[in-house]
Amino acid sequence: MMQARTADGYIAHAPGYVLNDGPKLITRRFVHEDSFTLARYEATGGYEGLRAALEMAPGAVHDEVRAATLLGRGGAGFPAGVKWGFLPPGKHPYYLVVNGDESEPGTYKDRLLMERDPHQLIEGCLIACYALGLQQCFLYVRGEMALAQERIAAALNDAYAAGYVGRGICGSDFSVDIVMAWGAGAYIVGEETALIESLEGRRGMPRLKPPYFPAAVGLYGQPTIVNNVETLSNLPPIMVHGAEAYRKHGSETSPGTRMFAVSGHLRRPGVYEVEHGVTTFRELIYGDNFCQGIRDGRELKMFIPGGGSAPWFFAEHLDLPLEARPVGAAGSMLGSGAIVIMDDTTDAVKAAWRVVKFFARESCGKCTPCREGTTWLEQILRRILDGDGRPSDIDLLLDIGDNISPGPYPVAAHDGLEAVPFPPRQTTICPLGPSAVAPVVSTIRRFRHEYEAKITRRDPIPLAVAAAGAPA
Amino acid sequence: MTLSAANEARAAEIIGWFPRPRSALIPLLHLAQEQDGYLTADAMRRVGELVGATPAEVKGTAGFYEMFRFEPVGTYLVNVCTNISCLLWGGEELLEHAASSLGVEVGGTTEDGKITVEEVECIAACTEAPCLQVNYRYRGRVSTDDFDRLVDDLRADRLDIPHHGALSTVRQAIPAERMAGVVPPEQAREEPVWLQSGKAAG
Repeated sequence: MMQARTADGYIAHAPGYVLNDGPKLITRRFVHEDSFTLARYEATGGYEGLRAALEMAPGAVHDEVRAATLLGRGGAGFPAGVKWGFLPPGKHPYYLVVNGDESEPGTYKDRLLMERDPHQLIEGCLIACYALGLQQCFLYVRGEMALAQERIAAALNDAYAAGYVGRGICGSDFSVDIVMAWGAGAYIVGEETALIESLEGRRGMPRLKPPYFPAAVGLYGQPTIVNNVETLSNLPPIMVHGAEAYRKHGSETSPGTRMFAVSGHLRRPGVYEVEHGVTTFRELIYGDNFCQGIRDGRELKMFIPGGGSAPWFFAEHLDLPLEARPVGAAGSMLGSGAIVIMDDTTDAVKAAWRVVKFFARESCGKCTPCREGTTWLEQILRRILDGDGRPSDIDLLLDIGDNISPGPYPVAAHDGLEAVPFPPRQTTICPLGPSAVAPVVSTIRRFRHEYEAKITRRDPIPLAVAAAGAPA
Repeated sequence: MTLSAANEARAAEIIGWFPRPRSALIPLLHLAQEQDGYLTADAMRRVGELVGATPAEVKGTAGFYEMFRFEPVGTYLVNVCTNISCLLWGGEELLEHAASSLGVEVGGTTEDGKITVEEVECIAACTEAPCLQVNYRYRGRVSTDDFDRLVDDLRADRLDIPHHGALSTVRQAIPAERMAGVVPPEQAREEPVWLQSGKAAG
């Protein structure tokens, strides 16, 4: 049943995933065509992490996760063990909400984990529920991901039948129900308080903060842990091998591995499981073991290091490690593990407009600076592209950005100007609005001349930004 | 129409999985859309009765989410991604080709009611750009020729693709005897037993 990888490293039954050299903690089953079945899962060490956890006191399991320094893989990079510790003692019931609403532009690793190894995710949920005394788990899957829903539903049915989920798990007095829930097409529901609103059957609009963490007040007003799919998928290997063994992978401050979706103008775009904190952007983009460089021997113009919400990076950032702190200090974020590479054929204004258009469409409309600001940013960029730009438009874009995110906006150093570190300030409840400012400020600082040329020449920009055709 | 007898039973089961009935609203709307292809006023009213929401609350919630439809769409919903990664590999050109070759505006449906073309935001297949979904099933690295072949296959119903309202073809089912038990939060104030005993398998 093991299917050899193809000559170029891709695996036919897992489109996009590249099996490169290096430790594989959470994608190790992807080579198996039937990796999503209970039989394959059990034959490859499945549910051993749960059994190991059940042999320990719940608090000891929490301690092990804390010792592993498992950083959240959803975007913020907050240590999961610390987040778990925010549950107020005695305010039962506590709930677990799994954030499988992966929608950040450029990001797709949670989808592969749900499609290819749903039992690993379920086992991770069980370990978290056991450790913290969480009484029910809601596994929220993005609406558009039909196959992921199918695989999770089938895995849950099998896991219930086999006694891994439900009443008296593995013959113990640990009991928890896991229920799959659906999204229905809304990016903002990936924000954890919006996700909770959606789970309560309402419009997915973020809740006012404070409280900052749903661990204090979450689903039905109860303490709630919201964890990302990839974060939870790391729990079984941590429990099987122990925190100490887990920490041997990756760096001291960012242990383990992380999945990165590397897309755009590359010779071998793909989703890679990479050692966290030690691999650099240069290795990932140019290394033979990874993406093998820019397509057609072209030059790198710019790249997005952490999903659509991240400020953009350039060639001088290639030697930064894939680690939150140095990336943040350089003016961006590692975010959701999505890296988008743009070569020298890319129109910077066009690319910025496209990302802004996304945020304008996905703004939930709750906060005025975001609702109005993202819309105006998109329209002004559109008119510049259409040849109708005005000389005052560059300042106007920056001014609108300042209304959403006041003060210096995180941006890379350039031309004698220093980097502004992440994160941005915000006049909004959630980071969606400020995210729309990232491509604008990034490209104006770096490619102001491209904006000025378009405004001066008033040339309409052709629809295409790049040669058509797919990667070889 | 309102919910069928089978879907009424299914709805009751789903409601029983959530501590509060209102949490079943989106799953039940998916069920209604799977049944009718879009959300009819009758189905929304019935779903509202089942979960304790007014028709306005149901429609107000449904309207927030792009996948819910209030009018019929084509047999095949073709969603072409033009977000950044797909843009870089010709996603806009693919969308334009899709619309012009089918003779529809983006968002429109062919006259035979077969195909609706829409522009979508990132659908999480970025290394497979340009990508699209047909009724939420993926196609990656789609050239304009690939698209034309796909349309031929769709027109001839040669592909086994469930309709757009049918997402997971496998339904979660929790056998009553295996269920840990779901109760409203106010009835679950006790510390879970496995925390009290400290060691579950001991």
